[in-house]
Amino acid sequence: MRQSDGTGATRRGFLKASAAAIGGLAAAGAARANAADPLITEVQPWASGFGDGVDATPYGLPIEFESDVIRRNVEWLTADTISSINFTPIHALDGTITPQGCAFERHHSGAIELAKPDYRLMINGLVDQPLIFSYEDLERFPRVQKTFFLECAANTGMEWAGAQLNGAQFTHGMIHNMEYTGVTLRTLLNEAGIQPEGTWIYVEGADASSNGRSIPMEKALDDCMIAFKANGEALRKEHGYPVRLVVPGWEGNMWVKWLRRIEVLDGPVESREETSKYTDTLADGTSRKWTWVMDAKSVVTSPSPQSPITHGHGPLVITGLAWSGRGAIERVDVSLDGGKNWQTARLAEPGKPMALTRFYLDVDWQGEEMLLQSRAIDSTGYVQPTKTQLRDVRGLNSIYHNNCIQTWWVRPTGEAENVEVS
Amino acid sequence: MSKYLNYIAPPAVGALGVIGVAYMLADQFVSDMPAPARGVIAASPANATEGPTPGADPAGNTAEEHAAGHFGLGRTALPEEIAAWDLDIRPDGTGLPEGSGDVWTGDEIFADACAVCHGDFAEGVGNWPKLAGGADTLDHEDPLKTVGSYWPYLSTTWDYVNRSMPFGNAQTLTPDEVYAIVAYILYSNDLVEDDFVLSHETFLDVEMPNADGFIVDDRDSTEAHFWAEAPCMENCKDSVEITMRARVLDVTPESGDEDAALEEAVTETAEIVPVAAPAEAAVPVAETAAGAAPAPDPELVAAGEKVFRKCSACHQVGADAKNRTGPLLNGIVDAPAGEVEGFKYSKPLIAAAEEGLVWDEASLHAFLEKPKDFIAKTKMSFAGLRNEADRDAVIAYLQANN
Repeated sequence: MRQSDGTGATRRGFLKASAAAIGGLAAAGAARANAADPLITEVQPWASGFGDGVDATPYGLPIEFESDVIRRNVEWLTADTISSINFTPIHALDGTITPQGCAFERHHSGAIELAKPDYRLMINGLVDQPLIFSYEDLERFPRVQKTFFLECAANTGMEWAGAQLNGAQFTHGMIHNMEYTGVTLRTLLNEAGIQPEGTWIYVEGADASSNGRSIPMEKALDDCMIAFKANGEALRKEHGYPVRLVVPGWEGNMWVKWLRRIEVLDGPVESREETSKYTDTLADGTSRKWTWVMDAKSVVTSPSPQSPITHGHGPLVITGLAWSGRGAIERVDVSLDGGKNWQTARLAEPGKPMALTRFYLDVDWQGEEMLLQSRAIDSTGYVQPTKTQLRDVRGLNSIYHNNCIQTWWVRPTGEAENVEVS
Repeated sequence: MSKYLNYIAPPAVGALGVIGVAYMLADQFVSDMPAPARGVIAASPANATEGPTPGADPAGNTAEEHAAGHFGLGRTALPEEIAAWDLDIRPDGTGLPEGSGDVWTGDEIFADACAVCHGDFAEGVGNWPKLAGGADTLDHEDPLKTVGSYWPYLSTTWDYVNRSMPFGNAQTLTPDEVYAIVAYILYSNDLVEDDFVLSHETFLDVEMPNADGFIVDDRDSTEAHFWAEAPCMENCKDSVEITMRARVLDVTPESGDEDAALEEAVTETAEIVPVAAPAEAAVPVAETAAGAAPAPDPELVAAGEKVFRKCSACHQVGADAKNRTGPLLNGIVDAPAGEVEGFKYSKPLIAAAEEGLVWDEASLHAFLEKPKDFIAKTKMSFAGLRNEADRDAVIAYLQANN
């Protein structure tokens, strides 16, 4: 039998083959192997025996080799994990859809378990008829499906004062992008009948945090959704099962999870999350409020500190994500020299409004040091600013809405580090 | 928003006239029905076909959809249901219930219910929010944003305390208690005198220092230059220098090797087990401690798990428990005091430990009843569990996790 003697041997074979491939890079054109690859010349166990039968995992998890592609928490950020945040492993993902299982979580009072039979949604206030909907009621309204990014207003907030966290997951991972199925908020509001004085809504969740936000009626009637499915399946508990609000392009905390009440009002409530938090203090001490829309932003996800170049010289795929709360991404530029010169990257697909866009730049890397940056331009003509440009307007005490251009310093070894440049 | 309202209103009138009658009937004749039926009209197939095309662009729907009660789904919300959930308070005090509370009552309640995280003087413990101080720091480096220095409306404080506090035990305070706590927070910020009584009547008398400190989002004008016609593509700057490096700061969590990551992923999915099945969790205890204490009563353990929520702001217990504000409590029952690895105990507790304190049932009862009576100046600023049944339950819960 020409079968190899188990995984240990094949693993060694793999390493040997890789080393040979890198050595071969010095010559032009495709590398030439010095010895036949046992992974090819020897029959491998998986090519001879059985794999798992169906139902081995009734609901599948990623294969064990991907076990490091998980959400991560930065412990020192918050006092505990109940009112806290973790980060999407964007450095290891590609495409634009974020799998629910690794999409970041932000809770103000923990992720609650709310069963569909226990779910109620109330619409009250300045309406012709205050209503209560069950989960089943919501499924009977005409349904819509749309893909949107959700970004926490604090994403990249730790970088405001300077380069701080070493990884795209930590600097830009308070974001996810999902395909939502649900009902338009307008459909529900009109079911109750909005009275003419009703110019705002206030939305709140069923958890103990009372994370409520006021939203102008214009936005509520424009594109907001009540979502119960994400990426084709039920929302996860941590994302608001069974029902969450979708507020396209606006800061994540407004996308109230476990949505339980919508009140039609003639003014904003000025709740905790729209006064004491999620406001932006300028240099003179005054603070901006109602900074709802997320500015255009992008980041190179690979190479990046958690995703260094490991393959030697030659073809290198530079890739990243871009998004804007004001519309679609029109263009992404990439700089290899810290913003001195720029070239326009290739968009994997034309940008969709208020959804993540994937970009690629294919380069021939010969081990030169790079200061990698990306710059997004959206359909309104907004150009992602530098951190210096932002600080010039906003001062040094801002936390939220940091959409600055990010720099990764890629070394000749392929390692990358989060840096700030002049 | 007026453009929407203008075309919503007219088609709504016709439908409402008829549905309104149906509501009235339902309310009058079936008043004790828990779920009053919506108008029957809207359920007719003819109307149903007028709905927007599924999958159509949300912004592209037609005005026909705007007829109120078009689909006839849901039911009328009852007044008592609205009263139970509609708790938000507006800046002008709209929504405040009648009631009052004074600073000194607030001080006592605060010490019991809030100081564990926010400190006796609302100064904040560790990473927990500071509620007092920071006056005139907003234009300084690292401003201190507290209720006194930053929050523009008192309504926000009342609303938040009322609906979300105490952390882990929300919506348990009476309106008078909320008034008293808010009065104490104001006093801690030097915004009222110690004889102040906050009530629905005095509410608007309080001046919040930063009331005028906010402007509405002005990015469209102050950041108009970010809408650049043609951003620079070549030779955009003379030189590029690295001015700061994340590695120098070194605050990024370790990425860990694959095994650690796997372990993390596994414990994450497994963490629900002790919570969902306290009775099962108790079984191994009985097995390992054969001949010793009998297994705790599963019902008592379950009750204890609920009581433990009061402790969970600071303490963790179970498979992946770690030290937090307080030490992890795995194996605490019958263990010598002050021995949880890696936790920094207060001096008085270390002294008690040196004198041989063991956390047996009796000492746990005494400590949990009134922590500061049992160990003066303990770091645990928790008021205590005055109810003996609560203490029994929580000790049983701890035992189940021993």
